[in-house]
Amino acid sequence: MRTSYKNVTGLGSAHKGVEHYVKQRVTAVALLVLIPLFLLQFLSSFTSGYNGVMAWLGSPFGAAVTFLCISAMVVHMRLGVQTAIEDYFGGFLRTLGLWLNNLFSLALWLTAVYALISINFGS
Amino acid sequence: MSANWSDPRPLSPFTSVWRWHVTMVTSILHRASGVALYGGVFVIVAWLAAAAEGPKTYMKLMSVMGSIPGRALLFAFTLALSFHLLNGVRYLMWGKGVGYDKETADRTAWVVLVLSVLLTLAIWATAYWGLNLLSVGG
Repeated sequence: MRTSYKNVTGLGSAHKGVEHYVKQRVTAVALLVLIPLFLLQFLSSFTSGYNGVMAWLGSPFGAAVTFLCISAMVVHMRLGVQTAIEDYFGGFLRTLGLWLNNLFSLALWLTAVYALISINFGS
Repeated sequence: MSANWSDPRPLSPFTSVWRWHVTMVTSILHRASGVALYGGVFVIVAWLAAAAEGPKTYMKLMSVMGSIPGRALLFAFTLALSFHLLNGVRYLMWGKGVGYDKETADRTAWVVLVLSVLLTLAIWATAYWGLNLLSVGG
């Protein structure tokens, strides 16, 4: 519960700590599996040039691994950089940093999703 | 950091008040490599977008990343990723209460530092000689 004084001053717990902690750890464990899987598949498709890469990204499994890996990475990096910004910056710079962090993370994720959709369903 | 910082609540401790030790180095490197990998995710998404855009854009990106500065950047990302991944396992174990005593934490810090360099070299050796990757280009 937040008192009106806390809301005005913006001090005190925001009650997002546990969610942040759990999300960061769940994506960390997921990435321990996804990154080696992604790297191995990426490297072997890369040897066959552009067509090899497109064939891998256009396969259901390749698209799924890429989507899951990038999604987990974006969530993980957003939370990590959020903590770094909160540690080193205050006031306007903190607000600006957190905004840019959120916008940049969202933009990266949407770009990746759009690219995967156009590779798999585009003409 | 901010010159006109007026919030009386404490910030994170700064490096100037600590004696350097190996667990501190891994802690700083974990944050530094994590922030660096922000750029790494950008490169992966750029690669994905270039692939979706078509062979011409894809080849252009390949020639940029295949140049010497491009390869140096990719090598740095590999090193940052290897370290962040291996050191992250330490933190996950700590979260379970495992390996948190001073001696073990010091030892695993050194192990992670050495292993991350070896892993990076192994990945690049595989790419160069095992798969002959970078001669493929596009």
